Amino acid sequence: MDFDLSPEHEAFRKVVRDFAESEIAPHAAQWDEDHTFPLETVKAMGDLGLFGLVFPAEWGGGDGDFASLCIAIEEIGRVDQSMGITLSAGVGLGANPIFRFGTEDQKQRWLPDLVAGRALGAFGLTEPDAGSDAGATRTRARRVGDNWVIDGTKVFITNSGTPITSIITVTARTDDGISTFVVEAGTPGLTIETPYRKLGWHASDTHGVILDNCSVPDHHILGASGSGFRNFLSILDDGRIAISALALGCARACLGSAIAYAKERNAFGGPIGRNQGIAFALADLEVAVENAANLTYKAAWLKDQGRPFTHAAAIAKLYSTEAAVTATRVATQVFGGSGFIEANPIARFYRDAKILEIGEGTSEIQRIVIARGLGLPVS
Amino acid sequence: MNVIVCVKQIPDPAMPGELNSSTNTLKREGKLILDESDSYGVEMALQLVAAAGEGEVSLVSMAPNNEVSGMRTALAMGASKGILVSDPSLQGSDALTTAKVLAAAIGRLGGADLIIAATESSDGYTGTVPEQVAEVLGLPSVTFAKHVVVEGGALKVNRQTEEGYDEVTCPLPAVISVTAGVVEPRYPSFKGIMAAKSKPLETVTAADLGVTPVGWEGAGQTISNVTKAEARAAGEIIEDDGEGYAKIVAFLENLKVI
Ligand SMILES: Cc1cc2nc3c(=O)[nH]c(=O)nc-3n(C[C@H](O)[C@H](O)[C@H](O)COP(=O)(O)OP(=O)(O)OC[C@H]3O[C@@H](n4cnc5c(N)ncnc54)[C@H](O)[C@@H]3O)c2cc1C
Repeated sequence: MDFDLSPEHEAFRKVVRDFAESEIAPHAAQWDEDHTFPLETVKAMGDLGLFGLVFPAEWGGGDGDFASLCIAIEEIGRVDQSMGITLSAGVGLGANPIFRFGTEDQKQRWLPDLVAGRALGAFGLTEPDAGSDAGATRTRARRVGDNWVIDGTKVFITNSGTPITSIITVTARTDDGISTFVVEAGTPGLTIETPYRKLGWHASDTHGVILDNCSVPDHHILGASGSGFRNFLSILDDGRIAISALALGCARACLGSAIAYAKERNAFGGPIGRNQGIAFALADLEVAVENAANLTYKAAWLKDQGRPFTHAAAIAKLYSTEAAVTATRVATQVFGGSGFIEANPIARFYRDAKILEIGEGTSEIQRIVIARGLGLPVS
Repeated sequence: MNVIVCVKQIPDPAMPGELNSSTNTLKREGKLILDESDSYGVEMALQLVAAAGEGEVSLVSMAPNNEVSGMRTALAMGASKGILVSDPSLQGSDALTTAKVLAAAIGRLGGADLIIAATESSDGYTGTVPEQVAEVLGLPSVTFAKHVVVEGGALKVNRQTEEGYDEVTCPLPAVISVTAGVVEPRYPSFKGIMAAKSKPLETVTAADLGVTPVGWEGAGQTISNVTKAEARAAGEIIEDDGEGYAKIVAFLENLKVI
């Protein structure tokens, strides 16, 4: 029995923390305010090897395990949730589907740039009428000669319109079920809509995507025809652990700054942290952070051991994201009025946290997955 | 081109340092990290070797308790191998003894075309070790290097001075000390960290290197007393009421800097 990360993991955590604190933290508030996608910083994350961590060296990757990716996402997310999701989605939704389901030719074509962080991939699953119920996908792909012609609308697609977005992998209905297609940026018939104005994740790139008579060659089908539904469920399993790590970073940031403030802020003749009302709230938050960390890294460990982890990933995602939302609320309360002011990063975390309970499967969907794992016939 | 970098492993400056009350020396028992001052030397060495297109970067370090964490960081950045000198008898060694030990370790590695050290460490600040290493090895030494290239087998250094810089040309092999900030040290990658785990690090004692006497016994110094540095007086704060610039100009004129 062992709960320690390896010394190499710890050394890596320190590197990513140094990077996050010197290259990201000083700018996070500005990017948030301006809704800027910081291209140069994303490329620097690529240079650090973050986008390639979990992929084999033959594709330019770091040969790392999933725990190392969780460490990176947690540490980046501790200073900037937008950059955390950019990394998480770039790896999990951009590169991973190509790596998992791509043919040798498809990998040769798209993977090296995605792994290096020179390019970003997006994954278009959600539609106006198909979110949690992704099986209700309406986008269609039909055979025309040697090509597939895709028609449909995708919404809320992360990393779909950055200057380095190379591909958008989309699900579409075919005669034999749901299939997955790789659409290269710039393909005629592909329209990337203007970015959303979002509550949080301002520096993360999110667009609606329209496919109108969008034709891709036959060899752009990813995985077997009709296997799209099964494949994206398995992609989401990985992604849930990553979102759990992102939520953990958020919760840790809130706890750390709230503790510091509770010690230094005085009211009624002493630090506010001497009131049980504050101290116990922070004690509870510590428990939540500890739990979130254990659930996240246990799920990552199960995956790294090659063991089933769907259930553990859903538990981790559900718990950590709800803990993150709680943490932002409690930390804002500890800061009082100054927590409501945008100069305080807590205000940004407060806005950023909510989506964690929604993206890559809502909390309700996680509860369905967990309940089904218990053998309950929940619909 | 082969380069050896002298790297010091120091207590994390983010943690409050503590003095050993009987010897007036810094307690160095816990985990040590790579002195940030040395990360510039490591980066410069890696760049010089890359520019030369061949060769490798090696490390020498002297630290208590077989500590290699800081050396692993430098290996993760891209250095190839290293020698650690660790030995309880080294406790209390002064700068000259340290230089003798490092010089012997450099000799054990077979020397190099260039030896790089930081101008001073972030915990001891004696700022004399690099020149002493050069003297012990009988090599030329260039201090305060801020820009270094190798051209036609010779070293060309821009050497920081108070007014600007000197252009110095010097034969190889040589010892240089580099100032902080001269290059941008790379972040070690995960791949680098994993590779560092299996890179060769030899740990030897002072006796293995044939350096005696060392430690308190070999030291030409004792530290008789340590006192707190005087707190600096708070600066003057000028509230800008629209005339702030005039007060700043007057202040600078008064100092005769403008
Ligand atoms: C910023 C952002 C980035 C995103 N990035 C991507 C991306 O890159 N790729 C992508 O494909 N999608 C992305 N999404 C979409 C996201 O995954 C979906 O919003 C999410 O899956 C929920 O789907 P929905 O919005 O359609 O909500 P709905 O499915 O309509 O759900 C509405 C509510 O009903 C609940 N609900 C639904 N079904 C049930 C049930 N059976 N039992 C109980 N409750 C239920 C839900 O939990 C939720 O509370 C992103 C969304 C946002 C906001």
